[in-house]
Amino acid sequence: MADTIGGPEAQFRAFLKQGRFMLQRSRSTGKHVYYPRVAVPGSGETDLDWVEAAGTGTVYATTVNRTRDGNTNLAIIELDEGPRMMSRVEGVAAETVKIGQRVRARIAVEDAAEIILFEVLA
Amino acid sequence: MTHPIRGKTAVVGIATFGCGEAPGWSSIELMCQSAMLALADAGIPLHEVDGVFAATATHAFPTMSVAEYLGVKPRYFDGTNVGGSSFEQHMLNAALALDAGLCNVALICYGSNQRTASGKLVPLSEPQPYETPYKPRMPMNAYALAASRHMHEYGTTREQMAEVAVAARGWANLNPEAFMHGKPLSVADVMGSRLISDPFTALDCCLVTDGGAACVMVRADRAKDCAQQPAYLLGAAGANWHRTISMMPDLTVTACAESGPRAFGMAGMTQADVDLVMLYDAFTINTILFLEDLGFCPKGEGGRFVAEGRIAPGGDLAVNTNGGGLSCVHPGMYGMYLIVESVRQLRGQAGARQVAECNVALLNGNGGTLSSQITALLGTAAAL
Repeated sequence: MADTIGGPEAQFRAFLKQGRFMLQRSRSTGKHVYYPRVAVPGSGETDLDWVEAAGTGTVYATTVNRTRDGNTNLAIIELDEGPRMMSRVEGVAAETVKIGQRVRARIAVEDAAEIILFEVLA
Repeated sequence: MTHPIRGKTAVVGIATFGCGEAPGWSSIELMCQSAMLALADAGIPLHEVDGVFAATATHAFPTMSVAEYLGVKPRYFDGTNVGGSSFEQHMLNAALALDAGLCNVALICYGSNQRTASGKLVPLSEPQPYETPYKPRMPMNAYALAASRHMHEYGTTREQMAEVAVAARGWANLNPEAFMHGKPLSVADVMGSRLISDPFTALDCCLVTDGGAACVMVRADRAKDCAQQPAYLLGAAGANWHRTISMMPDLTVTACAESGPRAFGMAGMTQADVDLVMLYDAFTINTILFLEDLGFCPKGEGGRFVAEGRIAPGGDLAVNTNGGGLSCVHPGMYGMYLIVESVRQLRGQAGARQVAECNVALLNGNGGTLSSQITALLGTAAAL
C-alpha cells in the first residue's frame, strides 16, 4: 500500500509521483490488473497487492495523429504481465512504430502530471 | 419456441428532418419536429404518446426535455445513453414496455445541430483517466487502432477499407436525402485523401452533419390499423464489453459477435433470411468488423468480402442503402437512421435504392468506441 489515502487510482498516481510504475496483482490467482481497480475485472478477487511492473511490453495496436503541429503516435501496449494500456511510443518517428515491436516504459511529466510513455527497445 | 416478444410490437411511424445542414435550428427543435413528422406518418395524434425514449449528446435529461417541449405526459420513459446505439436499445426497451402494457404509444427520437453549431462531433464523454492524458482524438483514434490490428492479423488492406466508403457513396448517390448525393467517389479518391489517423484518411471517417430522426412504436394489434405498413420487431439484443478502446478484449472482435446471435435467436432467423443489412459505419473498419461478427463472412474475411463492389448497389448483399454515416448523415449519434432506413426499405419506399422483395432488415447499432453493440431484426408481415 502506498503511503497515501484514497482509492486505487490515487495510490497508483502516488506511486508514479515517486517514480514507480506499479500494477496490482491478485494473491490467489497471480493475475495482474491495469488500470487499477477495487477488484479483478470479471472474476472479482479483491486480494490485490501492488507490485512493480517489469516495464516491458509489446505494441498491440498503433496509429498516428497527423496534425498541422506534426505527427504523434498513439498506441495500445500489451505489458509483459498481461494487461494492456493506452500510451504513446516516443523517441522514433510516429509512423515507424509497428505492431509487435518491443517497448519499455518510462515515466514522464506532462501537463503537471506523471504519465507512462514507451520507447522502442533496441 | 417462439420468443415471447417476437413480432409483438412494430414501428409504424418514421421521419427525418433537417438532415445535412439545418442552420438556425436547435437540437431540440430538430428532434421534436422529427417526432411530429413520425407521428403524422403513423397517423397517431400527439396526445396519445405515453412513452418517450431519447438520448442526445447535449441534453442531460432528454426525455424530460422532449416531454416538456411536446407537452406530453409520458408514463414510461427511458433516456438510456449507450452512444450511437442508444436508439436500438430504446427500440428493445420500448417493445418490452409496450408488451407489458406500461405504455401504448412509444416515441423514440434524436436531434443534433452539431454541424452548423460547432462543425465537429460533440462529445458528451467525461475524461477517461487512463486514456485522456495521452491526448487521443476520439472517437477516430479508437477505430484507427482497431483497424491497425485488423490489418496486422488478417491482412486487411487500405484498398478494402476504401471499398466500404465507395459502396456507401454508391448508395448515397441513389438517395436524394444523402448529404454526399451527387458526388461520385473512387477507391483512389479515398486512398489519396489526407491521412489523419493511420490507416484512416479523411474519407474513411463519417460525416458531421445536422439532423433529426424519430420513430413511433405500438403493439402489433394496433399496428395493423395504422396509416403505414408496420415493420415488426422480430428480435433485438445488446452486448457491452468495455468503455474505452484500450480495455477492449480483442480489437478485432466486437460485442455484436454476441448480440447478433442473440437477436437472430429471438427472431428464429439466420443470415440467409436477411434482405437488408444496416450497420453503424462511423468508420470504414466498422462495416468490415460487423459483417464478420454478425456472421455474414468468417472472422478476418471482411476486407475481402467487401471487395469488388459486393456491398455496393448491384452487389450480392445490400448494406447501408441510405449511404450510411459515411455518405448520408451523421449528426453525432447515427443509430436512429438505421431504424428509419430499415423501415423505408421494408415498406418499399426507398425509391431508386429500393431493395427488391425486402422483408427482413438487420440493423446493428454501435456506441462509444466499439463498446456497445445492439442488433435488431425488423420485418414485414410476411416475415412474422
